[in-house]
Amino acid sequence: MNLEALVDCVSSSSCAVTQISTALIVGMLLFMVTSGLSLIFGVLGVINFAHGAFYMMGAYFAFAAYQLTESFFVAFAAGAVGVGLLGIIFERLVMSRVYGRDVLMQLLVCYAIILILDDVVKIVFGAEYRMMGMPAAFALPPLEIAGGFIPAYYVFMIGASLAMGLALWLGINKTRLGKIVRALAINPQMVGALGVNTKLLYAGVFGVGSVLAGIAGALAAPMRTLTPGMGVSILIESFIVTVIGGMGSIAGALIAALLIGFTRAFGAIGFPLFVDGMMFAIMALVLIVKPSGLLGRETA
Amino acid sequence: MRSGLVRDLAMSCLLLAVLLVLPALIPHPALRDFLIYFMAYGLLAMSLNLLVGLTGLVSFGHAAYFATGAYAFGLLMQSGKVSIPVAFMATIAGTAILALVIGAICVRLKEIYFAFITLAFQMFIHSIILTWVSLTGGDQGLRGGIPRPVFLGVDLNDGRVLYSFCVFVFIACVMIMRQVWQSPFGYTLRMIRDNPARANFLGVNVPRVKLGIFVIAGAIASVSGILLALFVSGAYPEFGFWTTSGEAIFMIMLGGTQLFLGPLVGALLLQLLNHFVTVYTEYHGLVLGSVILLIVLGLRQGVADYVMEWWQDRRARRADVRLVPDELPKQEPV
Repeated sequence: MNLEALVDCVSSSSCAVTQISTALIVGMLLFMVTSGLSLIFGVLGVINFAHGAFYMMGAYFAFAAYQLTESFFVAFAAGAVGVGLLGIIFERLVMSRVYGRDVLMQLLVCYAIILILDDVVKIVFGAEYRMMGMPAAFALPPLEIAGGFIPAYYVFMIGASLAMGLALWLGINKTRLGKIVRALAINPQMVGALGVNTKLLYAGVFGVGSVLAGIAGALAAPMRTLTPGMGVSILIESFIVTVIGGMGSIAGALIAALLIGFTRAFGAIGFPLFVDGMMFAIMALVLIVKPSGLLGRETA
Repeated sequence: MRSGLVRDLAMSCLLLAVLLVLPALIPHPALRDFLIYFMAYGLLAMSLNLLVGLTGLVSFGHAAYFATGAYAFGLLMQSGKVSIPVAFMATIAGTAILALVIGAICVRLKEIYFAFITLAFQMFIHSIILTWVSLTGGDQGLRGGIPRPVFLGVDLNDGRVLYSFCVFVFIACVMIMRQVWQSPFGYTLRMIRDNPARANFLGVNVPRVKLGIFVIAGAIASVSGILLALFVSGAYPEFGFWTTSGEAIFMIMLGGTQLFLGPLVGALLLQLLNHFVTVYTEYHGLVLGSVILLIVLGLRQGVADYVMEWWQDRRARRADVRLVPDELPKQEPV
């Protein structure tokens, strides 16, 4: 416990700026993973416990593409498209067979997929830690704000994920397709009766949710070390974000993800050993005070 | 005395006898080790099934109590101040209190929320184990061995005595769970699983009853942790990792949730699978994952449930052919 350091950091502008930028990238990464999870749950009513594994696959797809082409934008596309396809295949072949069955079965198939994907990654890329390295396109001088330095890539990453979040929100709330998807969440039989191919739409929504996880993985790849099993910790954190923010609310997910980001970034200075404990404490508090989450509508 | 109780006692004596005699018939040390693993994981799976099968609470964080049991017991014994029975009881009590605190938060939530909040708490405990290196040894696990001082003339350093001790503890826990399973409390749990709103109307305090079974299941999971810690003479962070909970759920599903002894069948099958797969390949997740997918998508239910239904179907059809409706098979699962 070192609260003095925390006070020092907050009062010095350079340290505060650096930590705020860290908080933002942690938060935005979590937001991307959580919004995909939340979208799939909101429309299909299943929790994709394999979502963290998809994030991992996004990072590894990006890593492989970057090794081959040296281009970050190809790597980014590979992460997004690769995981999107993976998600659609998973939905069609496996997940669609357990809709409406008890949670136990959904949990088990996802558990199976996590085990398989972790081992596939181990076989293809090896069990050791991998680094993708910062792409040449972002070898720019860091941005200086009030004495603190922010790497150019951080700025890009925060901007890109905000744009994704906005696109998702607009897509769901302002387009015709978004309206159909919202109707699908409420009454799939009726939507089907009106001539919409609901199976295709389910697969599509699952695919979009997976793409979000894939993009998050691809964006994380230059900053984080890659390891098989890296999906589990982000899955747990995105569960916490979902619980705090409220299931099915994109705005709630954003707020909660940033809350966790700030807790992580500043907690690392003030109380490094209790960061995890702090996150769980916030979650427990929200569950006791408002079980449906900060912006959740239905009661949990 | 209820006739059901007499039958249960007879059954458990039989199981006790089989488990005690088996290693004498096949005097291979590997068999004894295998059976101890089977009993430890079997208890874990059966205690989880009190939540999943009986109450309809899908907990994905049950290994938290398994790991807590193993670590608490190991640390108490390493302190050298207490005897085995005292450490045993203290560990169970401590884990029960932990389950009470976590459960009080978790039982407010339904289905999927319940599954992932239990998982979150488990990962919290796992991260404590990893970061509190001075106490737990971090990712190296609790090392230096767990001493087994003689108590009441019982010396657990002797492999055969240790085995018998495990068998007795195992049977005692199975009996306790059987009592829960058959008691009015157990039927209240079934009612909560099938229709919580109705249970509420009938005056059942649903959250409190759920909390009760959560604590019982946690306490029994800690016993399984103690058995394993005693046997391997240590405790490792993997005990509290999410894969352990996943395996416990898989054992339940493999065996089936509706039969009391179903999870034991699952534990046996999974231990056999692990045993043989690890001999042939290091990628046992790949094999295990594929087997899970095959069973979930192919059978669509637990193996024991599947066999049981098939058996009941067959008998029902035979009874139909003979046109003696009085002799329809009893639907009550064993």
